[in-house]
Amino acid sequence: MVEAFQYGFMQRALAAGIIIAAISSYLGVFVVQRRMGFLGNGLAHSAFGGVALAILLQSHIPALDPLWIAAPFTIAVALAIQWVQQRTRLASDTAIGILFSLAMAAGIIFLSKTTRYSSDAMTYLFGSILTVGVRDVVMSIIVLALFAAALPLWGRWAYATMDGELARADAVPVERDNYILTAVLAVVIVMAMKIVGIVLIAAFMIIPAATGRLLTNRFSAMTITSVIAGIASVVIGLPLSVQLDIPSGALIIVLQSAAFFCALVARR
Amino acid sequence: MTAAVEVENLTVRFGSVTALEDVSFTLKEGGFLAVLGPNGAGKSTLLKTLTGLIEPTQGSVRIAGNDARRRDSLAVSYVPQLKTIDRQFPALALELVVSGLLRRWPWRISKDDEVRATAAMKSAGVADVARTPIEHLSGGQLQRVYLARGMVRNPRLLILDEPASGIDTTGEGEFYHLLEHYQHDHPNATIVMITHDWSVARHHASDVLLLNRRVVGFGNPDAILKDELLRDAYGHRGHKHTMQVGS
Repeated sequence: MVEAFQYGFMQRALAAGIIIAAISSYLGVFVVQRRMGFLGNGLAHSAFGGVALAILLQSHIPALDPLWIAAPFTIAVALAIQWVQQRTRLASDTAIGILFSLAMAAGIIFLSKTTRYSSDAMTYLFGSILTVGVRDVVMSIIVLALFAAALPLWGRWAYATMDGELARADAVPVERDNYILTAVLAVVIVMAMKIVGIVLIAAFMIIPAATGRLLTNRFSAMTITSVIAGIASVVIGLPLSVQLDIPSGALIIVLQSAAFFCALVARR
Repeated sequence: MTAAVEVENLTVRFGSVTALEDVSFTLKEGGFLAVLGPNGAGKSTLLKTLTGLIEPTQGSVRIAGNDARRRDSLAVSYVPQLKTIDRQFPALALELVVSGLLRRWPWRISKDDEVRATAAMKSAGVADVARTPIEHLSGGQLQRVYLARGMVRNPRLLILDEPASGIDTTGEGEFYHLLEHYQHDHPNATIVMITHDWSVARHHASDVLLLNRRVVGFGNPDAILKDELLRDAYGHRGHKHTMQVGS
């Protein structure tokens, strides 16, 4: 299994996979504790609209990387969801449902205007980590650097996750922090599209965090456990998927789920 | 003596709904204000304007002379209702108390913070559950942990939203004694508390604010907890309870 890593495509896949898994699992603890699982799914489907737009634009600009369009598109949808939630009395799942449906609908319209969608769109729907190129690895490293800048926000995000009203009463800028968290989530979801695909991104975020919750009683320990579970699933799942000739993203999610059920049994 | 809380002509509206109208009162430093009123009287809205969570539509709220939204946030502590607390959050009781000191969630706890938090938990009678996950605490223990969290930074103003709801009668009595002890140890500390229990207001508060969107009465408990004022605030339902107050 270890020999697989001597190949360049595996090294790139592993590098990008570890980075995105670490960030996704880290953010997943906030998604799980804030009961925002639907937001993960909603943003992933919104990213599809961005990818579809990029595929449409590629007929005019062939060198255009879909991530360059999908990232701002998904961030815009994420911020719009947050804005609608704060400006209305609508439940969060309603705001997410409206905006991700709109983004998906736009994506379907964009794809209807292009002829090459079937294969390119499928890559993003189901993921294809083994096609990760050098540019994707560089992008992952840039995202990691940006994410590192947001690390000091963990304490405030966690405080607002515990009790948003207490945090506001203590003059924590909860609304601004929520916009940042949602935007970071959007970027990571777009980056994770190639690894696990739009269909499974939410699980990629939620399952390691849920495993961490089962095994620990402290939010800091939950965060560490989640990140370890996320990275381990990529490190084990990637070479195993090559050996078994199974789609990598799907196998990674299966491994994460296996860890979750082991934690469930261990907890009892 | 300095005014701890000054509310002048406070009106709060949410769209077309008026939650509070032309509310004015002044609470002296070291006072213990019990806020009473029927459901929908605007009690929680008042508390949230004191904590800066809600902006007044009209009028002003000043805490120790400063606008409530620009006050020193360390000088005010808020203890929420037990029913609003997320007990599924993975946290040790000690971490919850330390969060009151840091105003963020602790990744790790320094020795100094642990000493201060443990002292506050000892005052609240919950030092023995410092390392217990909050999901395993009883309602009474959790409410005391939240009180310790509120007291740990020695606030000048402690704001409590129905702190005894969900606690049994014995625990409730002990809880109010803890508040009295806190004021005994910190004579300048002021307490503002929502309660539905008129006997608590009578026995523990220095002042009572009887609210029903407007101020129905404000003053010392003996002057306010009277039949006619309670009937004004609560309507006919108040009359039955008045007998208990007088007893």
